Amino acid sequence: MTTTSVPKYWREIKYRYRLIGSRCLQCGKIFFPHRAVCRVCGSRKLEDYKLSEKGEVLSFTVIRRNSPSSFEKNVPYIVGLIKLENGITLLSQIVDCSIEEVSIGMPVELTFRKIKEAGKEGIIEYGFKFRPVLK
Amino acid sequence: MKPEKCVGIISYGGYVPIYRVKTSEIARMWGRDGEPMQAEEVAVASMDEDSVTMAVEAARYALKSAKIDPKEIGAIYIGSESKPYAVKSSGTIVAEAIGASPHITAADFEFACKGGTEALQACIGLVAAGMVKYGLAIGVDAAQAAPSDDLEYTVACGGAAFLVGPKTDETIAYFEGSCSYVSDTPDFWRRAEQPYPSHAGRFTGEPAYFRHVINAAKNLMKEFSYKPEDFDYVIFHQPNLKFPVRAGLMLGFTRKQLEPGLVIPSIGNVYAGSALLGLVAVLDSAKPGERILLVSYGSGGGSDAFSIVVQRKPSKGNPTPFISQLISRKKYLDYAQYAKYRGKMFF
Amino acid sequence: MRRVAVVGVGCTRVGELWDKSLKDLIVESTLKALDDAGIEKIDTIYVGNALSQILQRQGNLGSLTVDVLGLEETPAISLEAADASGGLAFHEAVKAVKFGWADFVLVVGVEKMSDASSSEVAEALMTFEDQDYVAFTGINQAGLHALLLRLYMEKFRVKHEEIAMFAVNAHKNAANNSYAQFRSLINVEDVLKSPIIADPLRLLEYSTIADGSAAVILCPLEEAKKIKKNPVEVLASTIATDRFFLFERVDMLTFNSTRKAVKKALEEAKISLQDINLVEVHDASTILGVLSLEDLGFVEKGKGASFVAEGHISLDGTLPTNTFGGLKGRGNPVGATGVYQIVEMVWQLRGEAGKNQVGNAKVGLTHNLGGTGSYATVNILKGNLT
Repeated sequence: MTTTSVPKYWREIKYRYRLIGSRCLQCGKIFFPHRAVCRVCGSRKLEDYKLSEKGEVLSFTVIRRNSPSSFEKNVPYIVGLIKLENGITLLSQIVDCSIEEVSIGMPVELTFRKIKEAGKEGIIEYGFKFRPVLK
Repeated sequence: MKPEKCVGIISYGGYVPIYRVKTSEIARMWGRDGEPMQAEEVAVASMDEDSVTMAVEAARYALKSAKIDPKEIGAIYIGSESKPYAVKSSGTIVAEAIGASPHITAADFEFACKGGTEALQACIGLVAAGMVKYGLAIGVDAAQAAPSDDLEYTVACGGAAFLVGPKTDETIAYFEGSCSYVSDTPDFWRRAEQPYPSHAGRFTGEPAYFRHVINAAKNLMKEFSYKPEDFDYVIFHQPNLKFPVRAGLMLGFTRKQLEPGLVIPSIGNVYAGSALLGLVAVLDSAKPGERILLVSYGSGGGSDAFSIVVQRKPSKGNPTPFISQLISRKKYLDYAQYAKYRGKMFF
Repeated sequence: MRRVAVVGVGCTRVGELWDKSLKDLIVESTLKALDDAGIEKIDTIYVGNALSQILQRQGNLGSLTVDVLGLEETPAISLEAADASGGLAFHEAVKAVKFGWADFVLVVGVEKMSDASSSEVAEALMTFEDQDYVAFTGINQAGLHALLLRLYMEKFRVKHEEIAMFAVNAHKNAANNSYAQFRSLINVEDVLKSPIIADPLRLLEYSTIADGSAAVILCPLEEAKKIKKNPVEVLASTIATDRFFLFERVDMLTFNSTRKAVKKALEEAKISLQDINLVEVHDASTILGVLSLEDLGFVEKGKGASFVAEGHISLDGTLPTNTFGGLKGRGNPVGATGVYQIVEMVWQLRGEAGKNQVGNAKVGLTHNLGGTGSYATVNILKGNLT
């Protein structure tokens, strides 16, 4: 369970590092995660679309036990539903924030963090997380 | 070293993580309560941060106020002594994260705490030679200190990124020139398989830090016929508070010239990011026309000195935050949390 | 098209059954179902299982089941739809009989979760969700339910106490179920004081690691009448999906999979919701139980918690729910759950539910979810007691 598929990680790099989804060239609908077929109009022509880097927290939870293996060291960690512009909502860890501080409606911004690593020998998987907006 | 074509700083960004541990808390752990400390508190990377993630944050901050297409960056060089991969360039990851790859050259520089200024020198060279349009130089570290070692009271995490390009009227500052002084001086080192560095105690002072820093600074001033009064600011590498202040005074600088670039009291020694974060702090408030002397030091050892002239202040409404904002936004950890975050606990 | 009936049911106890392997569980439930039906010949086997490839590194369950039962001539089909694997296996079996592809069909749902550690199971359960953008955040299934719980309480200004009542009801019914995993009585305070697993979801609100297997035998209604005095008829069996990513749904608190499945099922059965006397809903957590009652249409969105708190779901209430303990009380061996629901509904509709017998149980509905509502199966069964 803790081994990483390198190609599987590598394929998602661009999308995860820079928060890139898809935009339908026919009807303009934005999607995240990226997809090949538009759910609204059925078009197969979609382009990469960079999402907004700011959003607000819709809901959150704190993982305290039974975290999937390779996330054990991070316990407890906050995971939230985050609403960005363009009608996009996504799931992400919320960091730089204490459990007492996180709240529904809290403004958050994108940050680049380690997600997990496959032991001391495996690759490090990086990706997006969100943190409270710097004042 | 004077570049043929003048090279300027297009934009810059510094990053310091949110977490801090007070040095008094570290002292409490090891029974050294009440001792005078070089830093009040040190910046601590979170469990999910490393030198690569912090390099990305610094680079992104720099790009926020640059208004350039990241694809125009021709080189990305990162100096660090805490690379997460011994073999795999951090530059590849940062380049991808800022959208600058694949038409770019990338490499990581190691020269202890002066890896960042080495990266800067190389970028200046490439830009001046017309080989790249823009170069991104980053000095960043998430260095480690063994539990209870003296280094625990200063070691810190953070970094700074500088986007350099041909000097124009718009560039924030430009380089008049630089000068390096390097010798085989094993004052502080880390063998390849070791997790923590070793050092030669008091040998790290006069024959190491001071000899190289003083020589690099003197040689630069000699080359440009400058005296200490010709500079408004002097920034040194800050392994502690004593060394940069003493070096400055030895060279004839005043405390007033030293103060704005001293970041160690509030965040600790950020290794390859130390002098560069000092530069960030100075650039945040410097006025057009002012001149900066930047002098890094890397154990092993060597020093890079730069003469930098400021052209403009960061504009109002600048999307990149001031480093003072990042320094003042903080959360304190106790020693147990600090040990957990910095990987000193074995799972 | 033929009318379909359930002619035999059987199941193992649910719990951490250390002495029993995946194969042992399959054999036990199947033999019980065959004995209950009083038949020996099976035309086709449908196996529902979600995690054996991951937890036991055992695939190809169709062929494996044929082998452990000592059958040589029987074709078998294994199916996976996350925690709706059992419901899906039943659905496909119903179709086989309905469309005349087979006469006597065995459906067996099986899951053995205690072979793995808690964190391995937590990771395995996340195979029900998108790996790249959901599992990758480090969230676990409890965390996903917790997000919904918080959203629900915030949106509808509902107290946690009301939602927690679902678990109280579950344990109350499980107390009389000798097959149930948890037979202790609990109250709301016990639930809300139990350890937090993912804020704000508590331990006693969430089904846990369980082993178990349940099996049913289906055949045409006409054949069933020859075997059983009061065969239970399958009036409808439907499946439906909703957007795979919870966060891409129009309203995260509405599972369109359930709504679509129940609509189709009522049309297929030619009945209305009022004709349903009792239900088995997918209460992997209390909040999912509440949302399911709403999405099935028994109560308005947002009013499910008070419906539960007011006691309507008790055995003597207006809508007896999860009458043998549901996923929380009887237990949730994920791939087998959907078939357990059928077994229990059949006991009710046959009048064989003992202490938990619901009076006037004529028509029942079972509801099984896959993933966080990306898949739903609904079955409507009718008893023939005179």
